Amino acid sequence: MADHQGPLVRLRDVDKYFGTAAALNGVNLEVQRGEVVVVIGPSGSGKSTLCRCINRLETITSGEIEIDGVPLPPEGRALARLRAEVGMVFQSFNLFGHKNVLDNLTMAPMQVAKVPRAEAEQRARELLERVGLAHKADAMPAELSGGQQQRVAIARALAMRPKLMLFDEPTSALDPEMINEVLAVMIELAAEGMTMVVVTHEMGFARKAANRVVFMDGGQIVETGSPAEFFDHPTTDRARDFLSKVLTH
Amino acid sequence: MITVLQDNLGALWQGVLTTLAITALAFLSSVLLGTLVAVFRVSPIPPLRLVGAVYVEIFRNIPLLALLILVAYGLPEVGISLSLFTTAVLSLALVSAAFACETVRAGINGVPVGQAEAARALGLTFTQSLARVILPQALRTMVQPLVNIFIGVALGSSLAAAVSVGELTYQAQQVGNRTAEAMLLFGISALVYVVIALLGGGLGSVLERRLAVRR
Ligand SMILES: Nc1ncnc2c1ncn2[C@@H]1O[C@H](COP(=O)(O)OP(=O)(O)O)[C@@H](O)[C@H]1O
Ligand SMILES: [Mg+2]
Repeated sequence: MADHQGPLVRLRDVDKYFGTAAALNGVNLEVQRGEVVVVIGPSGSGKSTLCRCINRLETITSGEIEIDGVPLPPEGRALARLRAEVGMVFQSFNLFGHKNVLDNLTMAPMQVAKVPRAEAEQRARELLERVGLAHKADAMPAELSGGQQQRVAIARALAMRPKLMLFDEPTSALDPEMINEVLAVMIELAAEGMTMVVVTHEMGFARKAANRVVFMDGGQIVETGSPAEFFDHPTTDRARDFLSKVLTH
Repeated sequence: MITVLQDNLGALWQGVLTTLAITALAFLSSVLLGTLVAVFRVSPIPPLRLVGAVYVEIFRNIPLLALLILVAYGLPEVGISLSLFTTAVLSLALVSAAFACETVRAGINGVPVGQAEAARALGLTFTQSLARVILPQALRTMVQPLVNIFIGVALGSSLAAAVSVGELTYQAQQVGNRTAEAMLLFGISALVYVVIALLGGGLGSVLERRLAVRR
């Protein structure tokens, strides 16, 4: 699969309806290997749905989604295998509440990738080190701050050695003083060449880490460009309007 | 009075043991079966969900006594003959599983849906995420409702006397008829049921504390 030369993610004419309401409406998007794409747009514009369709947490109504040249398989083992290669980080962390931090990180490698415990734990400790939480390996999720939980969640996703990471507003549920510790981990990840799709309102992150900004409104991709182009010279009224609202405060 | 008890201690003790055996087996089976039906009810496959829903609506709404009679006297007519003991266990388990199912389902629904999504996003299959993530956390909230079901099974097992299963109530009835000490014997058997129910409740509290450690 890794031999495939095209983009890592390709969406073609993707529509997603909830009942009769379109959450995605004719979305076309390609994400190249190593590229960091930041998705921004007003609430309800379909950003989360886009993320969730890419690893098929939501099924699309029509169109095509390919990862590494392979169309998303239907629910089942093949899809589980594919999801194992696509890390996802949620706004609400979603750590497993009954497991300590280390077990949160080793569960999927052991259960899904059948990695032996010793190896999984070693890798987990390395990742915790990397996100600055080596000392929290034995803590329960409820004992951690939001920022710490989110860093554990990122490490948990990385434990599967994904080739793509999806972030759905990873800092939106955090107190302001914790946002930067999470963004720092993401910026480092981007610098290491991870392919990332990041839904965020953090313009600073977008300017620093994004190769491309995708602006969504009403289930459509309205505008896309480099961070500099997009933030300094947005070409559509809708993007200008959105930016004027978020940048004034 | 004392001699009545002394003379019939063997039969009564046999009744207590049978009641305990029926209760334990029927309760465990109902939890297993109820969990399976609950998994059906939350599964991504619509026909399984329907099977689960139909099961619950049938067995939650049948009087236990009616089911006991159907199993004891109805099944032999279609060629299935079960021992009296099996009849009691099976009937109790079938009915209680419907309640256990709803308990398990409520427990599953009590676990934040985001955790199930995180599990799926990591590549865990539906079964793996249930077994590793959802059910272990659901169990914590299920203990007290399961204690209620246990007590229901223990008390419900007394209805098996109606189809001549030799459990506690049946033995008390027999001895009471023979010795004209019915009040004494039913008083004693009532006490035994209370003790069984209290033990179940105590065990539940211990289990609940165990599961609640380290939050
Ligand atoms: N599970 C769902 N059921 C029904 N409608 C939904 C669901 N999820 C999202 N939507 C609708 O789809 C649209 C896009 O939502 P979403 O992708 O969450 O937007 P965003 O993440 O940009 O705020 C919204 O109108 C939302 O109400
Ligand atoms: Mg969203």
